[in-house]
Formats: sequence, structure tokens, C-alpha cells
Amino acid sequence: MMRVPFFRYLAPTTVAEAATILRGEGAEARLFAGGTDLLPNMKRRQQTPKTLVALRGVEELRAVTQDGGLTLGAGLTLSQVAAEGRIPLQQRALIMAAGKVATPHIRNMGTLGGNLCLDTRCNYYNQNHDWREAIGFCKKAPEGEAIEEVTHGTCWVAPSSPRCWAVQSSDSAPALIALGAEVSLVSADGERRIPLHALYHDDGMAYLTKRPDELLTQVHLPQVDASWRSTYWKLRRRGSFDFPVVSVGAAVSLDEGGVVQAARVVVGAVTSYPVSIDTSALLGQTLSDEAIAAFADAAVKPARPLDNTDYHLSWRKRVVREYVAGALKELRGDSLEDLGLLARTAARILPLAACS
Amino acid sequence: MTKEVAGDRKVLGRFVVNEEQHQVAYAPHKTLLEVLREDLGLTGTKHGCELGECGACAVLVDGVPTLSCLTLGLEAEGRPVTTVEGLACDGRLHPVQAAFADLGGSQCGYCSPGVLVTAKAFLDSHPQPTREEIKEALAGNLCRCTGYMQILSAVERAAEELAQ
Amino acid sequence: MSEPTPNTGHETPVSTPADLNKPAFELIGHPRRRVDGRSKALGQTQFADDLSLPRMLYLRLLRSPYPHARIRSIDTTRAQAAPGVKLVLTGEDLPIPYGILPVSQDEHPLCPDVVRFVGDPVAGVVAASEEEAEAALPLIDVDYEILTTISTPEEALETPEPQIHRYAQEGNVHKLVALEFGDVPEALDGADQVFEDVFFYQGNTHLPMEEHASLANLDPDGKLVIWSSTQTPHYLHKALAKALEYPAHQIRVIACPNGGGFGGKSDPFNHEVVACKAALVLGRPVKVTLTRQEVFYCHRGRHPVLMRFRTGVKQDGSIVGMDLETVLDGGSYGSYGVASTFYTGALQTVTYEIPRYRFRAARCFTNKPPCGPKRGHGTVQPRFGQEIQLDKIAVALGKNPADLRLQQLVKDDSLTANYLTISKIGLEECIQKVVAGSGYRGRWGQLPEGRGVGLACSSYLCGAGLPIYWNKMPHSGVQLRIDRMGAVTAFCGATEIGQGSDDVLASCVAEVLGIDSHDVHVRTGATDITPIDLGSYSSRVTLMMGNAAIEAAERARLTIAAAVAEKLGVPKGRLAFAGRRVFDVADPEQGMDFREAVVLAEAAYGTLGSVGSYTPPRSPARFKGGGVGPSPTYSYSAAVVEVEVDPLTGWIHVPKIWIAHDIGRALNPTLVQGQVEGSVYMGLGEALMEEQTFRRLPPKRSHALVHKIPSLLEYKSPTALDMPEVVTYLVEDPDPRGPFGAKEVGQGPLLPIMPALANAVYDAVGVRVDETPISPEKILQALDQKAKGKPARYGPTSFPTVAWPEPFHVAPPWEGGDGRADDDPKAQRTQASEVRS
Repeated sequence: MMRVPFFRYLAPTTVAEAATILRGEGAEARLFAGGTDLLPNMKRRQQTPKTLVALRGVEELRAVTQDGGLTLGAGLTLSQVAAEGRIPLQQRALIMAAGKVATPHIRNMGTLGGNLCLDTRCNYYNQNHDWREAIGFCKKAPEGEAIEEVTHGTCWVAPSSPRCWAVQSSDSAPALIALGAEVSLVSADGERRIPLHALYHDDGMAYLTKRPDELLTQVHLPQVDASWRSTYWKLRRRGSFDFPVVSVGAAVSLDEGGVVQAARVVVGAVTSYPVSIDTSALLGQTLSDEAIAAFADAAVKPARPLDNTDYHLSWRKRVVREYVAGALKELRGDSLEDLGLLARTAARILPLAACS
Repeated sequence: MTKEVAGDRKVLGRFVVNEEQHQVAYAPHKTLLEVLREDLGLTGTKHGCELGECGACAVLVDGVPTLSCLTLGLEAEGRPVTTVEGLACDGRLHPVQAAFADLGGSQCGYCSPGVLVTAKAFLDSHPQPTREEIKEALAGNLCRCTGYMQILSAVERAAEELAQ
Repeated sequence: MSEPTPNTGHETPVSTPADLNKPAFELIGHPRRRVDGRSKALGQTQFADDLSLPRMLYLRLLRSPYPHARIRSIDTTRAQAAPGVKLVLTGEDLPIPYGILPVSQDEHPLCPDVVRFVGDPVAGVVAASEEEAEAALPLIDVDYEILTTISTPEEALETPEPQIHRYAQEGNVHKLVALEFGDVPEALDGADQVFEDVFFYQGNTHLPMEEHASLANLDPDGKLVIWSSTQTPHYLHKALAKALEYPAHQIRVIACPNGGGFGGKSDPFNHEVVACKAALVLGRPVKVTLTRQEVFYCHRGRHPVLMRFRTGVKQDGSIVGMDLETVLDGGSYGSYGVASTFYTGALQTVTYEIPRYRFRAARCFTNKPPCGPKRGHGTVQPRFGQEIQLDKIAVALGKNPADLRLQQLVKDDSLTANYLTISKIGLEECIQKVVAGSGYRGRWGQLPEGRGVGLACSSYLCGAGLPIYWNKMPHSGVQLRIDRMGAVTAFCGATEIGQGSDDVLASCVAEVLGIDSHDVHVRTGATDITPIDLGSYSSRVTLMMGNAAIEAAERARLTIAAAVAEKLGVPKGRLAFAGRRVFDVADPEQGMDFREAVVLAEAAYGTLGSVGSYTPPRSPARFKGGGVGPSPTYSYSAAVVEVEVDPLTGWIHVPKIWIAHDIGRALNPTLVQGQVEGSVYMGLGEALMEEQTFRRLPPKRSHALVHKIPSLLEYKSPTALDMPEVVTYLVEDPDPRGPFGAKEVGQGPLLPIMPALANAVYDAVGVRVDETPISPEKILQALDQKAKGKPARYGPTSFPTVAWPEPFHVAPPWEGGDGRADDDPKAQRTQASEVRS
């Protein structure tokens, strides 16, 4: 049986207590919410934190408040988010993304904040210790004695590259960035609020800009008018369990004539951070087939899928184009049925957003 | 007040499993799965990966389908837990269990405990489910034997039974 | 009891309701709760890891981090001193090799000198807790000398040294096979067209939900006992006796119900032998439970097979000859591999008439976990190729693929070119069922772009005709005890792995005795109390155990009937056993409860018990290699798979599958349907997504060769959301060789799914994917090829050069053959014209 290594367990009941603990514990401590990401990593000895700072008892992290926009506590489970009736239809991309994470069980446990802070993934990294030993470990998880000195600390995805290419695999991040969400980070020094896209770094190891002494407490959805619509498309091999290996979060504001007033398109799971695509070419245009095709062609460029997830990387790159195009067509009003098989799979809304 | 547990010695925990109180000394790094199987002797709950990748260890915590392999024992103390052992009542099978037995819902039976508790919770909240809804509810439970078909039929049968 | 009669292994004495003086079967053929259904629904079935004993210790294995290395030394000093550690074992402690096949005794419980794959065990630590055992593993210091990594069959063929095993037939070629039935080059020369195709079937694994576990103990009376998740307790028993040098009669092996097997728990495993050794040394219970990653290392799954088919046909599509070559990637040990190798060519002939047939195969050793038997053992891969090639032939000749098959089906009561005996073949009705149900004739070639239907057929054994080690004893034995309480207990060594063998046993006995299946106490899979059954493999249990059970029950019935007949003053032949009563069929009021009948018989004849056994009929094949393929009878399946394919990305979706299976007779239709649907499921996984693949790191930088995805997350097993609608047809034409006419169902229905899906993809978008899994990226590559005007295909383009030996030549039955090879001095030839037109 795979087991969790020893740890010290601290369970604060307020954000302030948690922040104080984090300040005192330093890098040895890890925040622990749903446990669905951290515990597997600990069982595989990818991470062996000395201290877990458990957030389950922090009630304030589960608050939902309407303040013009909507503020969601980071401690809400993904099931709760997917069933949250106060999220407006215009921002359904979040419901779609939260409702497609892993499995019903995982969504009942994993939290919104945990999904946003999900460790980057790589199938050279998400392996047991002895497997990683057999490849001489890698840049992201170099701990342990290398069995062949020459291989130590290599990123096996791109052995000549100086960086780690683990993949940002959060479902909710591309959706929320597309929705223009912001997040609150709290430390003992106080609180700061940043656009969600600024939470991420293009680096498989230092993938978050959040400091170790900060905790992500809230997600803020902006107030939107009826001109907005949004969607989330997810590529995975199976209908459940799997992390995304390409995802697209998209939101547009269209005027009555269908002209794009504002747009945000974010491609996830194709490199170490959610990639926001420059949408300026869409502004002032209608979402014609031609405009969408040109935009989708351009969107492929920043996507850099590598051979460290499911599916062949060149195929994933092809899918990026079709997903971006398909998501925009859905947003201009094409029905999923008309968009065909790919769209039905990618944007399927599961009948049970919340299974409890 | 921050609760603190050191990692290196056993703690005395109070668990409420299948409506029975258990006091047990257990190692605090153990998951609920390990506490159930190894400390409480409730081996009905299975394990297939211990990493949240199969659903074999599913139990209900606060009535919600939960993976016991990714739930710390420390975080399950005092909360109502339902395992497969808690489904039957006075020797009578729960309708979903009876339907599984009659309709081939179990072949090897290894995934059944996780499927059964998940289906039970689902039927509690969805008394008239469609087949698509059942599939979604059970999308976190891998089964290698049945191809799911007879499981789905059994859950449908159970829903009919429960409606009467 | 009645005199034992020599077991001929032919038709069973009881097969119809009339034989039992009943108007209809009471159990057989009726959907019903399996005998272990309640226990499983309660979660109370005791799997091996659910067991524990007082003073139990825990075993963990240290496994090699290298794919191929020599062990220079092992120092266990630090580990032995670690907290909680009771014992550290290494290869020195267990020097005797074992293996499932007598010809491949190539495994050691712990590698003594060479490690052959990442995951090969080198040491075992036994400690007071699993955590302490695990913590001590890194304290074992192993000094390795790295050897060349051999990662593929191509490398194995090109790299004779270093040999992964010294006993290999040539270099790193484990086994070469060459058989020819009639002059195949001549047949192909005379054909109107010869189709040549190369296919690749990727390896995949069983992925039982239960991780293997064992609990070993030295009984207080000094006997060794092991409870284990094994499909083959008898073979494990033999391996333990050998590897531990412990008297076989002092060992008992108890096969716990398996949490899924599919062939993956059919070998004796390192952890079983080491746990037993530790129990013997320490005199205490020792438990070992594998992690999911270790289950991937145990493997024994589907061999990756590269295949070349050359098939000659007449203009009307009839096959005149087939030339098949296969290369198998065997991984690092023999396992069942020699049998697997033969199986890649054994069953090509049992579906469509193939007058001449040549088959050559090579199994290579590579530094990967050993391959072995998975559901459909060795026959799945060539069936994939054969059924796709038939589809190509049909398209080329402008024929409907269903008609091409129907026109040349093998006949009832016939012999094939390679001397397999066909009893009953229900394939025609299977094809008709799925063709009608799916509307295949009106839809094939007619659906809009992006939608398609594909047809494929298959066949499988109902038990291997020969045991794994040669002997003349029965393959399955059943013993009954019946007492004055009316209690009937059925004992058999068969192993319940989820397939429902306990229910088959109980219901065969109960039907004959006129009681309910749930009245029978079932005791199975325990070598100390149950008669030997060879195990749950090769789809043998229903047929062999079922026949043995009927024989045992029939003998008991005759004994009880004699006592009742005397009491009632009616002839024995007028008695019926039904509804828990024994009565005069002429006057049903004249009779008694089953229990009263038993009391009469016990009073008249003493303690009641009976035995039955089953030995398969002897095969007419007399050539070397003819032992693989014969079976008492064969099941048949046909499937139509419907697909949708997105032409922009190759994304594929399967909305519906129709499958018909020739079951002979469904003993319990609920279970039969479950086996069919489960086979469809597993076949769909293999067709679409499952693969056991490896990473070879750049050789300049590393020797590493690791399992790419040893986890339940990344080894893709379809979920409930991925399962299509399945329409199942059971074709029932009782086979005289099966119990109540039954054939197998556990494996056969898997086989047509993968080729039918490939054929459906062609129908949908006009491209061929000639390898598994049929993933979107492969479809898209083929679509890209098509767009460029190149062959619209994805798949292997070449077949490696293999130095084939001269085949054994065997004349087919219709060319005067007698089942012997030409160079066999006993061979007798008749004139071909006398035998067949």
C-alpha cells in the first residue's frame, strides 16, 4: 500500500492563524486543503513536507459573497463551485471547468484554491521514487542519489534545456483567466489582489508567483453584463479521471451585431502556465469563419506541447487550433450538435455538476 | 485555535463509522483507508492504487462520496463515515446491493464496495436518475470486469425499488 | 457409490432436461443471482489482502533500477539492523529457478546474478510493519555492473550478445516456430490475388482492480500455507514445492477469490515464493501486498506482436492459402511465452476454411516486464490482422465483408488444416445476428463521411487440450459430499476470479440433484481439500469443471435414486430430481424431499460422496507444436462496431456495438452477458487507448528503459462514460462436448472488437489503422497521408528479417495427412483425392 510519509499537522481555524503559521514554518510547510494533489505527490515521495497546514477548519475560506461581482472562497470544493447557482450564465466557463475536474469523488474533495495552485505535471515526474531513481531523477524532483551520475538533474522532456517543462494542468485556471478573475493572496504582511494570470510563471518548477508564506484565499469574478458569454473546452482521453492535455477557456463580449467588444482566450495544458492568446485581432470583428480561422492559426504558436503528457505532442498542437476555433464558434452561437463530435466531447456539460 | 498533531506517535481518534463510535489509536499519517482496514478491521473498503486514480476506496464522509485513500484519518475524525459494511440493515441487503447481486453488478466484486456506496449516495439525492446521470455519478469508479452495463442496470433497478 | 467409469472425455452423460426426467431445466438457462452475489454485494468477499493473522509480518521487495545488469554484490547489513526488520532475503537464499512452463524454468524468486528489467526483484525485507519493511529497502546496498539494454524485438534480433537468457534458442530469440500444412508457396502462386499486410498489435496489460497480495504461514502443524490472489493454485503449488525444496504434500495453496485476473495472476510470482520462504524461516505469518506499480512489473500481459499476413484468394474471395509470420516481444522471462508464440498462429484456421497454411513465429527477449497470457492469449493479435485483411480483401473484390466471411465458414464436425477438431460452429448465426441488428448491409459503405460500421469475427478455445505439464490425469476434478441434513458441498480446485466459476459449479450440481444453486456449499481453490483443477485460464473452467461436476452429481443422483426407487417401489429411471424433491414422474405426488431421499441413501449405502473428473479428448495433431490450439470445442463471436470520427482531428467515438456469441448453452445468462459485455469493454480499451509502453532514455545519456505509465491514471482504462451502448445476442446451439451444451464466454467476445473497430474507421473516413491502439493521432496521420495522395494508412511498413528454420511439414487432412509431420517415421499418407474433393 502506498502510504503518506510522516508529517506534523497544524490545523488553524482562521486565515490569520494560517498566515502566521506559514510565516513561522517557511518552506518546510505545505498548505493542505482537499489533499487530492498533495497526498499522491507525498505518497510518491515527490514532496515530503515536514508540516502540513490544514485549511479544512478555516470556515471563512468557504464563503461566497456577491459584491458587484462574485467572490468565491478558495476552500470551496470543486463540486460546490460547479453547483454554485450565483455564478452567472455569462461565466459558465468556470462551472464547466470545475465540473470536469477528474472524477465526482475528487471534485467532492478538491478545492478551487487547490486546483488553481495545482502542481505542474509531467510523466517523468508523477512517478514513484524508485521509478524516478531508474531514470536518474529529473530537474523538478532531483532529490535522491542518482544511479548514473551523468543523468542527474536533467529535464528529460528536453534534455538540453536549462528549465523544467512540467505542464500546468489546472482546469479552472484557463477558465477563470478567460473570465478576467482575480485572486487574493494573504500573508502575515497583509493581502494583495492580483489578476489570476499573474499567479503563473512559465516554469515547471517555480510555477506560481505566490510566495511560500502566502495563501490563496479568494477568487473574484468581475461583474459582467449580458453581452458576455464563455466556455471551457477540455481534451482528455477518457470521460473522467484525466487531467487536461489541451484546454481552452474563452470569453467574449459581443454587441448586438455580433461584433467583438472584448475577448479573452486562454490555452491550458500546453506548457508550464496557462497561455493567454492576444485577442486584439478579434476586436471590432464579427466572429466569421475567416476571422476565427486566422485567430486559431495564430493561437497555435505559443502552445508548446511536449512529450510529457498523454497523446502525441504534434497532435495536441493540432487540437489547439481546432479547440480555439471550436470554442469561438460555440461562443458566436453555433450549437454543439452542429459543431460536431469534437465539440460535443470537449464542451460536454455533465448532467451532474455536483454529485453529493 | 490551531490544532497540532506531531507525526511520530499514535493518536487516539474517535471515528463514527456506520453509525457506530470507535475509539482507536492510530498513526496520524494514516489515511482513512488505512484506519478503516488496518485499525478498525473494516476490510470491505478496497484499494487499487492509493493515489485517487480508481475509486475502489470510496466511502461516504458526511454522506458525500469521498476517496478514503486521499483523506487523512485526522480529517475524518468525528465525521459520519459510511462504508460498504454499513449499507445492509439487519442482514437485509440495501436495494442497490440486492440489484447488484441479482443483475451481475459484481463480477470479481473488488470495485463493488466503492461503487455501491457511491451509488447509494447518488440515489439518495437523485431518486429518478437517467442512465447518463448514473454514468456520471460512477465516472470515478473503475471496473475492469463488467463494462459497467450491468452496474448501470442494477442502479436503475435499485432506483425503481426505492421508489416503491 | 457407482463404479468409477473410465473417463473418455467425450460427450457428457447428462445434457438435456429429458436426461433428467424434467420438462425443462430449473436453473440452467435462467438468469439468476450468482452464488457469491450476496457476499460481493456486501463487500464481504475475502480477498487476499483482507486477511490477517496474529503476529503477522510484512514483506516488501527491493527491485532493480536497471533494465539489464549483473549483480556484483549485495550487502544487507544496514537493512538487517533497521528498526523492525526481522529478515532480509536475497537470491542466495532461494537458488532454485521456477517458471510456469517446464521448458522455461527461468525465473528466480530473487535475482541471484542478473537483473533483466526495471522492477526485477533482488531482495526481500520482512519487518513488523509494512512501513518498516519499505524503509529498509534503500538500506540494501547492491553493486551493479550495467549491461546493454535491449528494448525492442528488432534490437533483440540484431543483438545476440549479451544474451538476456543463456537458454534462448538463438541469441536473444527465445523461441522460433515454423509449421507448414500443405505447400503454401504453391497455393499462393496459384491464387488469383495475394494480399500482403503487416500489422502491429501493441502490448497491454490486465489491470485487475485488485493489486496482487499473498499471506504465507507455517501452520502450527508444520505445514506451509499460502493464501494468494492466484488464478492457478495448482501450478503455484508445484512451483513452491520446487523453488522451496519443500515436500509438495506439506504445502497447501488457497486461491482467494481474485479481484480480477484476466490472465495476470496465472504465473507463480516472486512475491509468493519469497513470502513462503520468509514464513518458513521465521515460522510466522508473512503478508505481501503489491503496489499498483509492482502489478505493472508483474505484467504477463498481451505480447506486442508484429505480423505479416500473405493470403491468397480466388476471384470470389475464397482463401486458398495463408502465410503468417509473427514476431513477439516477450519481455524478460519465458512465462507462458512459448505457448503464446504458438497461439499467435494456432486459431487462424478455425473460422474460415484455409486449405493450406504456413505459420512462423519468433519470440524475442527484451529488458521489459515479461509478457504472458491475457484474455484471448496470443490469438488476439493475429485475429486483429486477419479480420482487417479480410475487410481489405472484401473491399478490393467489391464484396460485402459479411458475405465474404459467410461463404467460407468452417463446418461442424470437421478438421482444420492444422488438425484442430471443430465440434459445433455457431458463427453463421452470430454474423447474421449482428448484421441484422446493426443494419450492417444497408449501412456499410453508405453512411455519411465520419460515420462507419465495421464487422469482425473470432473464435476461442474452451480450454486447452493439454495441461501445462504433460500427464495423463484429469484436468478437472469435482468431489461432492452429501449428508443427512440435506447438505450438498461441492469441492473443486477451480478458482473464482470473478467469472462466476463458483456459480457454474453449484448450478451444474444443483440442476442434476434438483436443488437450488444457493443450496450448495461451494469450496473451491484450496489444494488441501479440493480435487485438482488446473486453474482459471484458457477458458477451461466452465467446460471442464462443469463436465466433472455433472459427472459427480450424476453419480450421486444414481445412488440416491436407487434408495428412493426401492422405497417407493418404482423403477429408478422414473425418478425425477426437481424442486428439492425426488419423485416418480408418472405420479409426482409419489416422492419425498431431497433431504429425506438423502437420509434413505445414507442409511442404505453409508456416507455419501461422489467424484467426477474431466479429461479433454485427444487431439489428432501428432506433430511437434500440435499441442497448442486443440480444445474440446471452440466458441465463436461476431461483432459490429459503429464509430464516429472527426475528420479534422481524428477524434474517435464509439456510440454502439452489436455482439453475438456462440455460447452453446448459457448456464446463467446473467453471467454470460456480463462476460460478453466485460470482454467488449476490455476489447474496446485495447482498441482505443490501452497500451503497455516504455521509455528508452537517449542511449548516449542513459541505460534507462522504464515502463512509461505504470499507474491507473496514465494507463487508460475506459470509464463508465466511455462505454458505448452494447447489444448482446447469445447464440445457443448446445455443443455435445460442453456441460449441458455450454461453451466458453470469458475470452472469445473480446477478440472481434479491435478489428471491427479498425474496419469501422475505414468505413467512416477511408483510412486504415493497422495497429493498436487506434488513437486519434494515428487516424489523423492516416488522414494526412490520404490528403497527400499517399496510402491512406497508419501502421508498420516493414517486417524484420528473421532467419526462419525450415518448417515442420504436415499434410492437411484433405491432402492425405494423418496429423504427423512428413519427417515423422510413423507418418502415413493416403491419396489426397480419396479424402476431399
